[in-house]
Amino acid sequence: MKKIEYSAIKGNSLGYYGLLGGLGLLMLIGLLAVWHMEHQGHWVTGMNNQIVWGMPHVFAVFLIVAASGALNVASVASVFRKEEYEPLARLSGLLAIALLAGGLVVLLLDLGRPDRLIVAMTYYNFKSIFAWNIILYTGFFAIVGIYIWFMMDHNMYKFKKTAGMAAFVWRLILTTGTGSIFGFLVARSAYDAALLAPMFIVMSFAFGLAIFILVLMASYHWSGRELGDEIVARLRNLLGVFIAAVLYFVAVYHLTNLYITEHHGFEKFILMEGGSYTKIFWIGQIILGGLIPLALVYAPGVKNCRKTLSLICALVILGGLATMYTVIIAGQAYPLQIFPGYEVTSSFFDGVVNDYTPSIYEIALGVGGVAVSLLIVAFVIKVLPFLPKSLADSK
Amino acid sequence: MSANKSKVAVNNSRRAFLSKTASTAGMITIAPGVLLHQVANAKPDDQPISEKVRWGMLIDTNKCEKGCTDCIDACNAEHSLTDNGRPESDTQYIRKVTLRDKSTGHELSLPLMCQHCETAPCVDVCPTGASFTRKDGIALVDKHICIGCRYCMMACPYKARSFVHEAVKNQTLSAPRGKGTVESCTMCVHRVDKGETPACVEACSKGMHDAMIFGDLNDPNSKISKSLAQYGGKQLRADLQLNTAVRYRGI
Amino acid sequence: MTNRFLRITFLLVGLGLLYPVLGSADTPKPVIHEPEGEGVKCVHPEEEMKRNHMNYILHQRDDTMYDGIRTEKHSLANCIDCHVQPGKDGKIASIETEEHFCKGCHEYAAVTIDCFECHADRPQKFINRGGKNNASLQQDLQTMLSAGTASGDQ
Repeated sequence: MKKIEYSAIKGNSLGYYGLLGGLGLLMLIGLLAVWHMEHQGHWVTGMNNQIVWGMPHVFAVFLIVAASGALNVASVASVFRKEEYEPLARLSGLLAIALLAGGLVVLLLDLGRPDRLIVAMTYYNFKSIFAWNIILYTGFFAIVGIYIWFMMDHNMYKFKKTAGMAAFVWRLILTTGTGSIFGFLVARSAYDAALLAPMFIVMSFAFGLAIFILVLMASYHWSGRELGDEIVARLRNLLGVFIAAVLYFVAVYHLTNLYITEHHGFEKFILMEGGSYTKIFWIGQIILGGLIPLALVYAPGVKNCRKTLSLICALVILGGLATMYTVIIAGQAYPLQIFPGYEVTSSFFDGVVNDYTPSIYEIALGVGGVAVSLLIVAFVIKVLPFLPKSLADSK
Repeated sequence: MSANKSKVAVNNSRRAFLSKTASTAGMITIAPGVLLHQVANAKPDDQPISEKVRWGMLIDTNKCEKGCTDCIDACNAEHSLTDNGRPESDTQYIRKVTLRDKSTGHELSLPLMCQHCETAPCVDVCPTGASFTRKDGIALVDKHICIGCRYCMMACPYKARSFVHEAVKNQTLSAPRGKGTVESCTMCVHRVDKGETPACVEACSKGMHDAMIFGDLNDPNSKISKSLAQYGGKQLRADLQLNTAVRYRGI
Repeated sequence: MTNRFLRITFLLVGLGLLYPVLGSADTPKPVIHEPEGEGVKCVHPEEEMKRNHMNYILHQRDDTMYDGIRTEKHSLANCIDCHVQPGKDGKIASIETEEHFCKGCHEYAAVTIDCFECHADRPQKFINRGGKNNASLQQDLQTMLSAGTASGDQ
């Protein structure tokens, strides 16, 4: 195999600084939103005692899930020995770290007491899935960091495969942990399913790859480097498989619930009578986020069309956010079944489907997290040699 | 400080007096309708709580009057739970729930609060260990290490917990609470430690409803244990096997 | 090019970090309002309390929280009972002002405390309990007295 030459991007164009400025501005707006939320208290958000996790968690969990998925390209190269993916491995690792950082920033800044970060890092309840996740996230940074180092350092290059394997195993555990945050909640009808862990892993493949393709195409297009159709077509096909797999898992999840009488109420809510939640599920998650991109991947005539591929990726990302919205928000909106067989009313919104209107602050925080991720990528590829000078087709 | 010392002395002598009386009477009446539960069990201030006791509550839904909010009012006053006019985000430790049997149309009303589970989901999921159960079975939030992640609220099967959504002023001395942390019914732990009953139970009996009994589930001779043994009582979501300390009769 | 980019970035970060040092001026020493009254003494000598009050309070905090130990000696409420009293104008200083016993020193020492985001910053009898009228307060007091738990009001 021919030697790959990497170099940092020049990054002295007006466009590059404009990109940094734009992302910086989004980050700043996010920080202002946080300041307002934390100063006033969470009542200014759409979250309340019914919907306790809102838009920040939709963005944060999406980014964290996508982070482990973004590492996949590197894993395909090092663990599954597909050499064609080798040149993309560095960017894959970088994007994984950046997305995780962005997600964690959002999660942290939405806490009731973000000033107690040190408490979160020093007090552990080892029975808590959340506490495991804190360890998994920290470990992910370390392991992927080492993996990238081994990829870039000639002296350590021989250990690259081992590090790649470790990172691959760790990312599987990490997404299992993320899915289990919901899967282990026995109280709510929407959760309490072991299936959520593997479902999150498959989702991470799709979301992470979609973001990876977009970032790859954008950075090559803007830096004027060559990106061949061969590698892009491979990524595109891979994405198609992942989208189909996600749809399969969602179908199994709902079929299981439909079989169990206890969950009929919840399924009726999500699939038919949930108003905006039902719309977001069918239109956002299934049609826009699944069926249309799947059809476009295999559509004849647009096979090498980069614009179509960008649209596919954007739809998968949109569908990913809709999926998280359905899992997190709709899952809480459906009332707890404390008194089976009874109609329930109270002053505390028992027995009713809860409304949720996200506030501008929560959305600003979520978008700010995305900006942090992209800012990290844009900055690092300028100062370190992450991108191959050319990814032109080998022929 | 001398003033404080004399205060302590007074308190102790009164407690000694009370416990002597109590040990003969078992339970004494301070004022009509106000019962001081088992003062003989009141532990000295400097002694830690023990596992021998498990505090519990029995709620008789047949006696719980529809529309009555005595327990809620007492709870709100006791913990200085202020109404900010935002029911979606305002804290409620207790709420009155009205139930209507879908098949028979039978209606009943009951107070619902933290059920003080023995194996509480909130305790399991809390990342920092701020959610915990005391040795005597009372589930609490250590607000000193609560980071406000709200995972316990996701995990609670009873929707018993509230997040403090805005800054709090004029807290009472015995019920500290503040913005950014999660809270729920404490079974009036500050009163229980002094040998009193929770504010809701006291208010219920003061209002002559007597729908709530508070006491030690581990003591077979306590009023609550005897009543449970004789007439029974159910746990909510018993299928989860959380062994709740709050039991209901009539559902 | 890249080097200059990095140099400027580090310079900006460095200036940001230096700001608190460069930007600060001399702060006047706090005025500590001693509690008035005859024979009033703290639970430990002043020097000891200056150094170690946080350890006492922290220890007591966990004892109370987890073990239900409710002795008064090292409780925050006990500190507040003596140290937060009305000034000459008859008013109680709130924790938001430097006249408050805790705030004055902590502001000077630049040590942020969050005790009073949850805890009452004044003795129970000075707490304004919102919508409660006098009669119901009286009634509360009576219930408390009869239950044998009257706190600092005697």
